Amino acid sequence: MSDDTPKIKLATVWLGGCSGCHMSLLDLDEWLIDLAAHVDLVYSPIADIKVFPEGVDLALVEGAIASDEHMEIIHTVRRNSTLLVSLGDCAVTGNVTALRNPLGAAGLTLQQIYVDHGDPRGIIPAEPGIVPVLLDRVVPVHAAVAVDYFLPGCPPPAPRIRAMLEALLAGKTPVAEGAKMLRFG
Amino acid sequence: MAAKTLKINGTMISAREGESILEAARDSGVAIPTLCHLDGLSDVGACRLCIVDVGGRIRPACTTAVAEGMDIQTNTERLRTYRRQIVELLFAERGHVCAVCVASGHCELQDLAVSLGMDHVRYDYLAPTCTVDISHQRFGIDHNRCVLCTRCVRACDEVEGVHTWDVSGRGTSARIISDLNQPWGEAESCTSCGKCLLACPTGALFQRGSTVAEMEHASGRIALIVESRRVMR
Repeated sequence: MSDDTPKIKLATVWLGGCSGCHMSLLDLDEWLIDLAAHVDLVYSPIADIKVFPEGVDLALVEGAIASDEHMEIIHTVRRNSTLLVSLGDCAVTGNVTALRNPLGAAGLTLQQIYVDHGDPRGIIPAEPGIVPVLLDRVVPVHAAVAVDYFLPGCPPPAPRIRAMLEALLAGKTPVAEGAKMLRFG
Repeated sequence: MAAKTLKINGTMISAREGESILEAARDSGVAIPTLCHLDGLSDVGACRLCIVDVGGRIRPACTTAVAEGMDIQTNTERLRTYRRQIVELLFAERGHVCAVCVASGHCELQDLAVSLGMDHVRYDYLAPTCTVDISHQRFGIDHNRCVLCTRCVRACDEVEGVHTWDVSGRGTSARIISDLNQPWGEAESCTSCGKCLLACPTGALFQRGSTVAEMEHASGRIALIVESRRVMR
């Protein structure tokens, strides 16, 4: 990868997750400076950009699909991106975000969390157009749209993210093997 | 005892009569992935991860005895595909969330996913309702993590000689039960020896008070107990 290679448009997306995968991304430390020479960050929770742009080369998606808002965003991300990577266990498996699935549909889940076991007994938050509506079932990203590569880990350690980015920036197919590069959890 | 001559991955080997393909392969340095097999316990062929190709037919290596002239392949593309599929289905069947599991980092299921290159699960997660029984004073069982390998059932029956554990139900509703399907803490036959904990490959059986990644099973100790007992007799 030489320095006169055109920069690629990189987006990072935060759906139903804890932001730990983004923390891990920031944990790349000074390598982020090297990365900045090769990418334009066109959308990210760490950049103040409201609308997911068109013509994105690479989108890293953290988090599972848990609400109607996530479902809408992920379709936009897929439509506007050449490569989509599921970043971390929530995006890849549903993980902690999907722990609510055995509780039942969204209404039943909210009833149990906010009312039945709420202390003090609460009310179910509902602000149409402001608070996103939960889906009945949390699903991993690849259950909603096609995913090109998977990067497991909770969170994926920074060297694992770097290895994938380096491969993709060099135009290679990332190959993740062994516990250091592939393990869930 | 008569010796049998057979081929594993193209190499001629000799094995003892009555030995399983799994034992013969390991004796000759060929590793085959397993999950329900545990050294020191009988084999039941429950998980199907040790499947091998015997002259074009797929057989579990742990419960298939060696025979003269067998031509065995242990690591073909077809076998790798099936093994990965099996592990994906295990992950899809219950709540195997490694990030919040007591056995993370010391789990045979998690390790199998790595060694088979499983980077995601292609099937819908069933997300069943599974209970966690912590009625026993020292131990707990989390059915979300159970893969029904029955290593606990066999360790309790064959090594401790008690048979507190068994399996009830069929298919996806099968569950490990203690005594007559009563809470573990009320199972009178249980001697609290902890051999089931030693045998468990995942986070299903755990020491109470363990948190994420703290539960190490030391399954090798089952074989040690069995071998010591044999030598003492």
